[in-house]
Amino acid sequence: MGTEFVQLSLSPILIGICAAVACALPGNFLLLRRQALLGDAVSHVVLPGIVVGFLLTGTVSAGPMMLGAMASALLAVLLIETVRRLGRVEPGAAMGTVFTSMFAAGVLLLETTGASGVHLDVEHALMGNLESLIWFDATGWGSLLDPAALAALPPELFRMALAMTAAILFLAVLRRPLVASTFDEGFARATGQRPSLLSLGLVALSAASAVTAFQAVGAIIVIAMFVVPPATARLLTDRLWTQVGLSAVIAALAAILGYVLAGYGPLWLGGQHSVSAAGMIAVVSGLGLLLAAAFGPRRHRREALPEA
Amino acid sequence: MNAVGRFPESLPALADSPLAVRGLSASYGGKPAVIDADVTIVPGTLSAIVGPNGAGKSTLMKAVLGLVPRQTGDVTVFGQPLTRMRHRLAYVPQRASVDWDFPVRVLDVAMMGLHRELGLLGRVRPHHRARAEAALDRTGTLDLARRQIGQLSGGQQQRVFLARALAQGADLFLLDEPFAGVDAATEATIMSVLKSLRDEGKSVVCVHHDLSTVADYFDRLLLLNRRVLAEGPVDLVLTDRNLQATYGGRLSVAQLAAIR
Repeated sequence: MGTEFVQLSLSPILIGICAAVACALPGNFLLLRRQALLGDAVSHVVLPGIVVGFLLTGTVSAGPMMLGAMASALLAVLLIETVRRLGRVEPGAAMGTVFTSMFAAGVLLLETTGASGVHLDVEHALMGNLESLIWFDATGWGSLLDPAALAALPPELFRMALAMTAAILFLAVLRRPLVASTFDEGFARATGQRPSLLSLGLVALSAASAVTAFQAVGAIIVIAMFVVPPATARLLTDRLWTQVGLSAVIAALAAILGYVLAGYGPLWLGGQHSVSAAGMIAVVSGLGLLLAAAFGPRRHRREALPEA
Repeated sequence: MNAVGRFPESLPALADSPLAVRGLSASYGGKPAVIDADVTIVPGTLSAIVGPNGAGKSTLMKAVLGLVPRQTGDVTVFGQPLTRMRHRLAYVPQRASVDWDFPVRVLDVAMMGLHRELGLLGRVRPHHRARAEAALDRTGTLDLARRQIGQLSGGQQQRVFLARALAQGADLFLLDEPFAGVDAATEATIMSVLKSLRDEGKSVVCVHHDLSTVADYFDRLLLLNRRVLAEGPVDLVLTDRNLQATYGGRLSVAQLAAIR
């Protein structure tokens, strides 16, 4: 656990933790609002935005692509709400319609404009590139106190930490209206709270988390972390804020364990190469959900009590 | 004037009415559900909105609250626009409108009635908790305060919904089908709470479907079948003629006899 760990593993693990927590926190409320697939939707709809960002600037740098992705995500959120209201369909159906259409539009755009010739490959987007986010300038644990070395940390770490902080602040400040309107939107509106505004805010926050994480670690982690840690935590408790806290812990554990297992697991088993960290993180969290579903204390809806 | 029977002599001045609705029309799923409805609630009374299925009872209540859009019509609450009087109004939605598997406890739901006092970041102080607990006590659910809401029976859940409204400390209560699918004990408990609210001078309006209990439970009655067909003191409005007009002549003689 020396220089090599700090150089190669510390920053991917930290980025993985931040990405997992930034997605899992809003995921709790999306799950309770039956919008859990939003992370999935967002990670698909950003494609046309990324392509347009590339076409407008001609570079594959992160800035314009992030902006394009954000714009795409916001457009998708508005379209989903519009389809849901005008079409009077379930949120899941509205998301399915919008995200497949926009993803398909992105693919067409990619093909017809020649952007596909450049390095905008889909596999990269899917698997992410967690292992490559190394801290090259580090010389050991001491580098954590060295401003010059710290400045050379991958920029994804700062972005992801910012997204995680935004998620924590959003939940902390808006916790009461968030719970009240998620539980009973009619009551929240009748009492003059603004559930539609809050709903839009939650979705925008989720989109921001998803785009940031998508860009840093790929779609698999985003999709898994929005749904799996909250669903696992829900099986372990009947208290909402316990669930939110547990989901963050589960997400962070999955990130650490998944990264370590991907890097060293195959070697322990006598293999030659490590496997995708993003894939392993998602698999580990899935196994956690399986355990919770089999043994979690709240996996059954309990029978109603006899009348008091 | 679209009503068969109206009794204006008993109506308060509009500015004094806890809830006054004029010319309200609203649609539901593209079809007109409520047409040109006038409602005037009298302070300190228990009022029922009654009509057949699909008559627009819930839509009327939701349109009053702004939960479904109004096409036309004005609503005043204590003589003011609704947006300035929301703090004096409590709403109890239909129990089936929420997911009772939601991971909160009974006390948490009652505390939601205190959102105005607590604000975004205000600390929960003992007097807040005491108010939520008093509301639960009044509906006979205080001993369930630490239970997850999914563990409760339908009747207990309905009482918790009422407790959340009580915790708001409102002067006007709007309840959507508070007796739907509840046990007899719950019905009696809810009714005694509503009567005690009325006796404190508060005004209560219920969407109600059970004609056989209307005369026992309520002081005033509004008959609705998309249009308001009659509004006034229950003993004056609850006539065969009004009921047949409201229910399109579908009530039998025996049914009518059972009502009064």
